Amino acid sequence: MLNTLKNRFEQGYRTCNYPKEKPAVFGRYRGKPVIKENVSGDVVQLCSNACPQNAIVVEEKKINMGRCVFCGTCEEVSNGEFVTFTGDFEISTSEKEHLLTDGNLPALAEHSKQHFKKLFGRSLQLRQVSAAGCNACEADLNVLATPFFDLARFGINFVASPRHADGIVVTGPISRNMKTATLQTYEAVPDPKVVIAVGSCTITGGPFLGSSEITEGLDSILPVDLFIPGCPPHPLTNLHALLTFFK
Amino acid sequence: MTNAFLEISNGEKIPREKIPHLSFDDFKDNALTIVKGGGKVVQYFAYPDDASVKLMAVLRTDKLWIAGCDAPDSYPSFTTECEPFHLFEREIAEQYGIRPEGHPWLKMVRYHPNVRNRPDVFWNDYDEDIPGNYDYYQVDGDEIHEVAVGPVHAGVIEPGHFRFNCIGERVLHLEIQLGYQHRGIETLFHNVEAKRLPILAENIAGDTTIGHSLCMAQAVEALTSIQVDPGAKIIRTIALELERLANHIGDLGALSGDVAFLPPANYFGRIRGDFLNLSLLICGNRFGKGLVRPGGVRFSLADDIRKTLDERLKELKPQVEHVLELLFTASTVRARFEECGAVSTYDAEQLGLVGPAGRASGIAYDARRCFPTEHYSKLDIPENKISSGDVWARAKVRYDEVLQSIEIIQSLIKEPVGTQCVGNQMPELPPDSFAVSINEAWRGEVAHSILTDKAGNICRYKVKDPSFHNWNGLAMALRDTGISDFPLNNKSFNLSYCGFDL
Repeated sequence: MLNTLKNRFEQGYRTCNYPKEKPAVFGRYRGKPVIKENVSGDVVQLCSNACPQNAIVVEEKKINMGRCVFCGTCEEVSNGEFVTFTGDFEISTSEKEHLLTDGNLPALAEHSKQHFKKLFGRSLQLRQVSAAGCNACEADLNVLATPFFDLARFGINFVASPRHADGIVVTGPISRNMKTATLQTYEAVPDPKVVIAVGSCTITGGPFLGSSEITEGLDSILPVDLFIPGCPPHPLTNLHALLTFFK
Repeated sequence: MTNAFLEISNGEKIPREKIPHLSFDDFKDNALTIVKGGGKVVQYFAYPDDASVKLMAVLRTDKLWIAGCDAPDSYPSFTTECEPFHLFEREIAEQYGIRPEGHPWLKMVRYHPNVRNRPDVFWNDYDEDIPGNYDYYQVDGDEIHEVAVGPVHAGVIEPGHFRFNCIGERVLHLEIQLGYQHRGIETLFHNVEAKRLPILAENIAGDTTIGHSLCMAQAVEALTSIQVDPGAKIIRTIALELERLANHIGDLGALSGDVAFLPPANYFGRIRGDFLNLSLLICGNRFGKGLVRPGGVRFSLADDIRKTLDERLKELKPQVEHVLELLFTASTVRARFEECGAVSTYDAEQLGLVGPAGRASGIAYDARRCFPTEHYSKLDIPENKISSGDVWARAKVRYDEVLQSIEIIQSLIKEPVGTQCVGNQMPELPPDSFAVSINEAWRGEVAHSILTDKAGNICRYKVKDPSFHNWNGLAMALRDTGISDFPLNNKSFNLSYCGFDL
């Protein structure tokens, strides 16, 4: 007992103050890509050729964050002439088109469906469906339950049954073998309900693009309300998206 | 009988003509002799060679051995004589339509058609949704009941189907049916542009990003004779140990949660995140994605980074030690951990368990000691062997490894670490060559094989995650265990679904 108490005091209070204050993230973190103005087409082409995800749209000089895995290769090969991956983790969107970006993202709160805030602002119960990713997105959703993020203090929880849920959070590129289970879980959630796509696999197929075993975009089989890009999205990206879109 | 297999090294380029091509009977006799004599299967797979299909096996004793043969359309199953071939034979049947006659449990592994358009060995029609045309292992009797769970589970976890045959609360048999996470990764490895290969390797299993990306990088480096500088080797070793730390600590926290001892569950949940953040400190990603590339690493361990890493470790180490003590000295925890889900050393040997699960059942094998890569040959890795095989043993192995990993990293960052960072380039591969690379990731032995054709294209990329060996260990642990202890046992193994499903 004494040991338990001693540990409790040593641990102290660890919950971050987000959204009031933004916690510091180490400098090498690659968040929102901001494209340099007046970058030459040649440099963009060079970056596009190097991009392992083919996520750069050369004509528009933009990056598709739905495909991007935030590896930073384009920043590296252009010596930063094309793009800088900033420390900004607030990168989610309500429209898939907005993920194609030069760094100017529409404010998520304004683009959220306002009735969602009314319906779910005080209590949001989510069912997570893991559908064939690499389990990193699941891991960084799971940490939202740890004391540092403490998602429950906002009235948001991950629940065990779709019957208890207001929506589903899908991770992974929805393999052929998980498609039915994903759709059935969606159907089991009572209306009105939301669908959240987390990670580049879920949004476009990500690293598994081109495989006949996957679905290239959750939005091709379900109506998606919120897109959270990343490989995986930082937990703070997830937290920002949930709080801004629903609170 | 003399061994017709060729001895090779971990991460060695082997010209294909040097790999012994045996008659099928010689291949079988030699392979069975090695594995029956205590050897293990590292990889056993089929591959296309012009119009024909061949088999290749990489086995290990205290050395590595390789040989191949022409693949017959069907053959008498090895598994009937030697269990470690069990899943490998099923995988070959699924991927290439080669039937192991008399296999004791010939069932699909991941549910997908074979790559040769041959008649399906399992009589599945893949236009039909999973589950297909297959049975589950059944137990008959008056009071027997079945519990079916999944693929969607009641948590933020990966999908899989679990079928328990129980009498009352007691589990007689558990069958684990996976495949839901199948993304066709090996097929992608054969077809995509070279620049995508490192990203694919990183996404086989996100919690084993470093383990898998190291294997890919080492196999490519072996084939192309690219040298990695000592600094990069140190950074890779640090990254692999950080991955081990984050996962072991997370699992110990989850184990604590599963026996309703909440303080360590919460503390370790948070501390796990701190270790993930140390990976982010080095490479910008909490799972180490983007760090390892053929030729070295993409990010240096600059002095400011090294200093921060050192400070954070100094701060975290006593916290970890104290929470470990809290967890392991609680009598209520010991009462639940001890004698729960024991896997005997004999069973573990037969199943070929690897990693902490194997070490907890008395199998000392650790690739860091036995086939060291990177900086491990200069480190002294203890045996970490316990023989009780229960949840307590699987937790205790993690306990020991957590403390060792912190010390390893601390010892590696005492002096400045210099390296010439590399980019995302993929070198061209030489023709008609083979390499296998093995690393001890946190769950155990990861192995990648690359085989190139006449033109230097990858004609077979074979991935093996340690979970491929260990899922049957979990099924074995559940025998004669209360079904309510399933979560605890499951977490004590914490196996990968996506690493298995590929």
